Amino acid sequence: MNKHCQRCKKAAATVHLTDVTKQGNRERHLCDRCAQEEGYVVKAPHVALQELLTGFVMSQPAVQELSQLTCPHCHLTFAEFRNGGLLGCPKDYEVFEQALTPLLQRAHDGQTRHAGKAPRRLGTPRSFQADLARLRKSLQQAVDREDYETAARLRDQIDAIEQK
Amino acid sequence: MNIDELVRQPGEWLRSAGPMSDVVISTRIRLARNLSGYPFLTRASPDAREELSELLRRGIQAAVREQNWSYFDITRSADLDRQVLVERHLISRQHAEGEGSRGVAVSPSETVALMVNEEDHLRMQSIRSGLQLDDVWNEISAIDDLLEERFEFAYHPRYGYLTACPTNVGTGMRLSVMLHLPGLKLTNEIEKVLRAARDLHLAVRGLFGEGTDPAGDFFQISNQITLGRSELDIIEEFRTQIIPRVLEFEGEARRALLRERAVALEDKIWRSFGALQNARSISSEETLSHLSHLRMGIHLGRFRELDLNLLNELFLLTQPAHLQKLSGGKLAGEDRGVQRAEFIRQRLNQN
Repeated sequence: MNKHCQRCKKAAATVHLTDVTKQGNRERHLCDRCAQEEGYVVKAPHVALQELLTGFVMSQPAVQELSQLTCPHCHLTFAEFRNGGLLGCPKDYEVFEQALTPLLQRAHDGQTRHAGKAPRRLGTPRSFQADLARLRKSLQQAVDREDYETAARLRDQIDAIEQK
Repeated sequence: MNIDELVRQPGEWLRSAGPMSDVVISTRIRLARNLSGYPFLTRASPDAREELSELLRRGIQAAVREQNWSYFDITRSADLDRQVLVERHLISRQHAEGEGSRGVAVSPSETVALMVNEEDHLRMQSIRSGLQLDDVWNEISAIDDLLEERFEFAYHPRYGYLTACPTNVGTGMRLSVMLHLPGLKLTNEIEKVLRAARDLHLAVRGLFGEGTDPAGDFFQISNQITLGRSELDIIEEFRTQIIPRVLEFEGEARRALLRERAVALEDKIWRSFGALQNARSISSEETLSHLSHLRMGIHLGRFRELDLNLLNELFLLTQPAHLQKLSGGKLAGEDRGVQRAEFIRQRLNQN
């Protein structure tokens, strides 16, 4: 039996969330639209970049405003990026961060944070990065098998490392 | 080394047979890097492009000094020479056909190639025969470290290595394994396997990567996700999940063929041998398909007339640009077919 969305109480709930908090777990059932409005990103299969961009543009109400966004360093506009698919300079990742985030999530299976090799000049020990990657993987696995106790513990460990 | 010398024989990685070479042709890792403080190439003026390629060429040559590397200036290379580099998997088609100042540095054994000013400032690859995941990673990661001492790569604490296309950001790593899957093709199971691969966020492509169709039952499987997974995680997934499964399916298909269609299989193999021995004009596609059957025959123990090295050599040297270089210059399509057939007959008779 299909549940109705807990927010609009009309559409069928298609997004099922479990928030893991220290006070316990909270289950929520939302429709696609309400989930998006609440800022949850619905996981989509990997598709070609051009398709990603098109889908992205359709789903953004503030598209006009974003298109006008211009990088002060390389003078690329977001509209130009959308047409060509390539960024103009390393700073674009910050200048267009808000617009790029949903795109990165769709291209990289929901991920937006690097886990891997870093330049030695930054002095980040590799093992530390490997730890984080391993913990995040275990967290995902715990969530997948609905082991929320373990998930909460792993979340705390990850937070502790990230805040160092 | 210049292209005329390069063209005479396959690179070291194609000459030797690596682990699992009955199914895995080659393993390749490429890393994308950009210099911080410079725009990506789409926003770089011709002057900035020139400056970048000079800077990178000098840096690379200084880093690998006394190791006998070659540097090819793609801008000044003849069309045929560029094509030779593509056929040897040392540069991409995009790099061959691109515009503006660009080049490639190649290690003596051809296992490492560093493309300068492709889509990113630097695209570094290591390629080896068979399944050699650790070797290609260690080799290219060491080169990355070496170059990092001379260049500051664009890196962001959250997004990792910054690339022109957001689909490469993070590790900038593409791991590609080239597979020979005639069993799955002949048993019509191939689509199922390729679909499963795509469901795992993997890209499936042909012999020359992006935008090429699979030919001669050769398929290239690569990771697409570069953000949120470490290099070692991706390598591990290939080692423990993806490759073993493909090997298992292909093995099963080959055994089924031997069990149920042995005569048809041998007929296919020997007809291919006959065609290569006797053809008076032959296209590169047809050649590839026959070579694919012979390779399968060798690995199934049903064909012992030729060894794998000769097969690998024919595989490379009968491609259009190699063939033309070896026969002394540009040939029209029809002459090429005649030349190819003659070249193959000669090699087979020497055997």
